[in-house]
Order: sequence, then structure tokens, then C-alpha cells
Amino acid sequence: MGTRSCGHICGESSPGIGEAGITGDWRDYRPVIDLEKCTPSRKNKPSCFQCWLYCPEAVISKTIPVEVNLEYCKGCGICAQVCPAHAITMVPEQGRGSSQEEVG
Amino acid sequence: MDKIETIQIIDGNQAAALGAKLSRVQVIAAYPITPQTPVTEALSEFVERGELDAQYVAVESEHSALAVCTSASIVGARAFTATSSHGLAYMHEMLHWAAGTRLPLVLACVNRAIGAPWNVQNDQQDSISQRDTGWIQIYARNNQEILDSVIQAYRIAEKVYIPVMVCYDGYILSHTEMPVSVPTQKDVDKFLPKYKPHTILDPKNPKNYNLVTLANPRLNAENVLCHGYMEIRYLLQEALQNSRETIIEAGNEFGKLLGRNYGLLWKDNMDDADIAIVAMGSLALEAIVASDMLREEGYKTGVVGLRVFRPFPGREIAEVLRGARTIAVFDKNISYGLEGATCSEIKSALYGSGVNAVIRNFIVGLGGRNVAARELADAVKKSLSPSADNTLNKECPEWICYI
Repeated sequence: MGTRSCGHICGESSPGIGEAGITGDWRDYRPVIDLEKCTPSRKNKPSCFQCWLYCPEAVISKTIPVEVNLEYCKGCGICAQVCPAHAITMVPEQGRGSSQEEVG
Repeated sequence: MDKIETIQIIDGNQAAALGAKLSRVQVIAAYPITPQTPVTEALSEFVERGELDAQYVAVESEHSALAVCTSASIVGARAFTATSSHGLAYMHEMLHWAAGTRLPLVLACVNRAIGAPWNVQNDQQDSISQRDTGWIQIYARNNQEILDSVIQAYRIAEKVYIPVMVCYDGYILSHTEMPVSVPTQKDVDKFLPKYKPHTILDPKNPKNYNLVTLANPRLNAENVLCHGYMEIRYLLQEALQNSRETIIEAGNEFGKLLGRNYGLLWKDNMDDADIAIVAMGSLALEAIVASDMLREEGYKTGVVGLRVFRPFPGREIAEVLRGARTIAVFDKNISYGLEGATCSEIKSALYGSGVNAVIRNFIVGLGGRNVAARELADAVKKSLSPSADNTLNKECPEWICYI
């Protein structure tokens, strides 16, 4: 089936999770969180959440422990940069563009 | 407001402004440029005097003018702009955005030469340089056609969701007064239904237009397969191809209501003609004078005037040129390194049509150079003698100038 049935005649979208497709397969580096260092996990209190606040894709949860939705995480690394506890490391995905195996 | 159709003596710019007013445009954004300036002046006066219920947005450039019109159209307003030459060139990027978003804008292009060198007079290089932006292009031959075409342009644009450029020759039409029948508002209202946008920005139903669209189709959040970039571009081409019928239908309906029929092209004296002269805009009217001179000398000449350049009426051109053995195409533009744009299109339209005529291309009237009927007639006669290398068609166009 072709795309005609979507009914659009120009580029059009509505807000929704995954509207832009599975953007996780853009990722070259994956954020890995060390929960021994992560403040909310270490203190078992809702605190810090700088990664949740700064994530431009809103794929980090404000939970204990903090979780990253790898289906949509593009691997920008902002979370690793802003983490005051240095709990996040950006780990290369196995082979560029092969990250699709890791998601879903 | 006039109850009956009146005849007014007006110039082309006034005709364009009146056309926009009668079309009840709601947003106007334009930046003055010679020779378009009187269009913006007339429209701002209509708004200021309360004769036209529209928002006139003063902008700092043509790029902004078309950006304002694009935004207004997306949220459901009928928008109008007008420009010329460098102004149109400055709009180039937004021309693509308007067509790509399939917004039914109408733009009056007062045809003027483009620099360098600096020149404010007429030729058609400005709009021809924008032919690949996905806009419908209509060329008027007189002031009546300007007014009528602006009104029809909204009906066409809002049906097929393609913006329309109504082009007319600077000074020759824009600053020359001639009698124009001005339809009543009631008749125009009957002809022109309300604008129903395919886009609408509504906070209760948020949408994003012109998102980053990758090459391949994508599944959206509701699991619907949406177009990739190429499918959206395909739909624009498909809509342009199919718009011919809408243009013809609008021209016929206009004729039924107001007595003036319009099509994709027009012809004069072509029934028994074996020599065809083809031109676009007011140049085609001068060609009629030349053709009549040649008829008096015993030549069987006729004229084909191109009204619609995009979508190009290839089938109709091939049909009307069926009996021609010599075709002289006059262009007030040139695709540098090849030939006049209309000549190229005509050649491609005739390919495989069975018409095997001599086709000669003449570049005339650039930068306001006067085009005399006698010169056109002499050029046509020149087309009748074989070229030096005895081939049917010359590789390069001939220029009617003093070099």
C-alpha cells in the first residue's frame, strides 16, 4: 500500500510519541547510567533529574531508577554532559547504524 | 458599490488591485518595487478607506511579504501579494515554500527585466526564472485579462491547492490605461466560493506543517504510513498536471457569468494558417499586428498566444499548430546557453506529435527594447528561407538587436 491514503498533500504531522519515526536508529552512542553514582538511585529520593530536564527528546524518565527510552534516544549525549554525578557514559553502539538491533 | 458591470479606464496595476479587492482578499503583504508599486498603493488605499476588509501588512522585504502571505494562508486567510523582477527573485525561497505547502496564494508579477545591468523596464525574465517553483503561471495580454485572471486565479488556486502567479508586462500593461469591464461584487461572489484551507492551525487540534521529511515514508504515531519527501513532491507535479482542467473550467464558468471566456491559450487567424507566430503576454498582441501585415502581403499567417505557461499546455499547443509548416516563436526571455523558454517548451510539446515544422526562435524586447510589428513580420519572413546549413531548425535563437 502506498502513502496516498494518509490524506496529506504537504508535510504534516500531529504531536505524538514517535511521530517522527523510530529516531533511536539515528544513534551512534548510547547513554549508560551507573546507578551507583546516579543521585536519585543512590539517595532513593526524587532529586537531581538534570538529565530528565535537559533531554531535548524527552526520552528520560523522572523515576527511580532513571530510565532512557532507547527507541527514541538519538544519542546526543547532553544527559552525560549535564549529569553532576558523572553517572552517564556514552558508549559506542556496535557498528554505526546497527543500533536498530538494540531497540524494540 | 456598483450594481452593474461598469467600464473603467484603468491601467494594469489598477486592474490587478481591483481584481484582488473583488476577490475579497483578507491579508495583503507587499513591498513596493517599480513597476509594481501602484498595486500596493491602490490596495493600501482600499484598506485605509474601509472599502476592503483586509489586513495590510507592511513588511521590510519581498521575502517577508511572501512569508506573511504563506503564514496567513496556512491559518485560513485569502492572501495576496504583488512584485516585480528583483523582488520576485528575493521571494524565490518562499515561492518554493508556498507551493510545497500547497497554499492557494495569488501573486501579481509585473514583468520587469532583471539585473545586471540595472533596468526597470519590461521583459519576462523575472517570472520565467521562477518557472520551476511549482506555481501556476498565467500571462495576461491586456488589462481586462489581468483583472479577470486575478479573480480566476483564486478559484483555480483554492480548488487545486497550488499558488498562482498572474504575470503582466511592466509599463506596456501596468502603466497603460485602457477600458476594462469591472464585474460587480455580486457576480464575483457568485463565481468565487469561500476559501476552504487544507491546512488549519487550531490550538485544539495542533498540527505541524513542513516538518523535517526524510527521503523515505514514515509511520506516524498513529501507525499511518505518511509521505516521504518524494511523495509530497510527486503530488505537487500530479496536481499541476491535473490543474489544466480546473483552469479551463474556471475560464468557462467565468465566461458563462461575465461573458469573457478563457482557456490555456488563444489563437488568431489560425484556421488556414501555415505560418504560426507564437508569443506570450502583450507581445502576442503585437504579433497579431505583424500577422495582419503579412496577411496583406499574401502570407497565410496566424498567431497563437500562450496564456498559461505552467502547467504547460503541450497537447493544446500541438493541436493548434497541427497545420503549421513554419513556426516563429518570439521570446521576451532566454534560458542562457539554450534558447527562449517558450520555444523549448513548444519544441518538446511537438515531439512525437507528427508536426514537423521549421521552428525559429527570436529573442526580442529585453529590458524594455521596443518591439515593432514590422520587425516581427520581417523576422517571420526570414524564417521562411532555409538557414545557411540548410537544416530545418537553428541550434541557437536569433536576437532582434543591434549587435
